[in-house]
Amino acid sequence: MSAEPRLVEVRKNVLKQNDVIARALRERFRAAGVQTVSLVSSPGSGKTAFLEKTLTLLHPRYKVAALVGDLATENDATRLARSQAPVKQIITGTVCHLEAAMVQNALEGWNLNNLDFLFIENVGNLVCPSSYDLGEDLRFVLLSVTEGEDKPLKYPTIFNSADVAVVTKSDLAAAVEFDEAAAKRNIQAVRPGMEIFKVSAKTGEGMIEYVEFLERRRVRSRAAAV
Amino acid sequence: MHELSIAMSIVEMAQEEAERRGGAQVQAVHLRLGLLSGVVKEALLSSYEMVCHSTPLEGSQLLIEEIPVEVFCPQCAVPRLVRSIQWFCCPECGTATPTVLHGKELEVVALEITE
Ligand SMILES: Nc1nc2c(ncn2[C@@H]2O[C@H](COP(=O)(O)OP(=O)(O)OP(=O)(O)O)[C@@H](O)[C@H]2O)c(=O)[nH]1
Ligand SMILES: [Mg+2]
Ligand SMILES: [Zn+2]
Repeated sequence: MSAEPRLVEVRKNVLKQNDVIARALRERFRAAGVQTVSLVSSPGSGKTAFLEKTLTLLHPRYKVAALVGDLATENDATRLARSQAPVKQIITGTVCHLEAAMVQNALEGWNLNNLDFLFIENVGNLVCPSSYDLGEDLRFVLLSVTEGEDKPLKYPTIFNSADVAVVTKSDLAAAVEFDEAAAKRNIQAVRPGMEIFKVSAKTGEGMIEYVEFLERRRVRSRAAAV
Repeated sequence: MHELSIAMSIVEMAQEEAERRGGAQVQAVHLRLGLLSGVVKEALLSSYEMVCHSTPLEGSQLLIEEIPVEVFCPQCAVPRLVRSIQWFCCPECGTATPTVLHGKELEVVALEITE
């Protein structure tokens, strides 16, 4: 026996538990034919407003549902429920992001076969959610015109981890002299080729184009799943 | 601040591994941490120390190897290290590329133990 430390190889992914659950969720979503979209942004960028509009636009034609994560309060779920879609609030308490297990628990008792689209609003936070796969097909990162064109450069990790960028509150763009070209350039710098939508949940600008994109994606992933 | 829960997972993993090896004492944990992992090194180090307090791992070290972001350049057709995570492009030819090969790692690769 020696006091010299011995080096032993381990090789373990620290987030393995989350990744395993996320993979199982993704498989369930695929098998049920439900297109799953998660939304991340800084607090107050307009995730709930955007989602409420989305649910309303999709609702009569598609079966839609939403999960919404917040540290506290059921306010966002109450707002979203106005769309008539089934909505469940996930209260994370002190946890600053959603994890795959929280999504799994929230879905207990839901029949995913009855759904076409499932939306997951993450906790408002541009840092922590980036590390946690939720099993979603698409991750949307929202950036409101009022929060500065350089957000993507300040939070490159989460922008890089997303599939689609949505510039929100476009109705306020002129008032804050939003530089759209700069914002797009910065998004492309941290995630080359990312699709970008510009919308206003208030006036509805850009919402139709974005909803059509969602519908196309759904058709495409269902075709691929066959 | 999710570094605290990540530190807890690391300590749990190391402790389990030590127990599997007949209750060995963990002196150090070697971690590979990608620059795109979403985890901040300094925050993780201080969380680790906090989590280890009053556990068998108290006094152990977290040794972090930072993994740079490697992308695949479609133009040069080889892997390249990006110069900055604010600019995903080939440092040689400037071609933009979204294909990340490395930099998201968050893995325990080895333990230093005494029996
Ligand atoms: N003018 C304008 N205001 C908007 C728009 N979308 C959201 N807002 C306002 O922005 C504020 C925040 O919107 P929310 O939808 O609650 O933002 P959120 O991202 O869900 O916020 P958290 O869940 O707390 O992170 C509210 O006062 C909204 O009314 C928009 O398109 N135009
Ligand atoms: Mg909200
Ligand atoms: Zn190149």
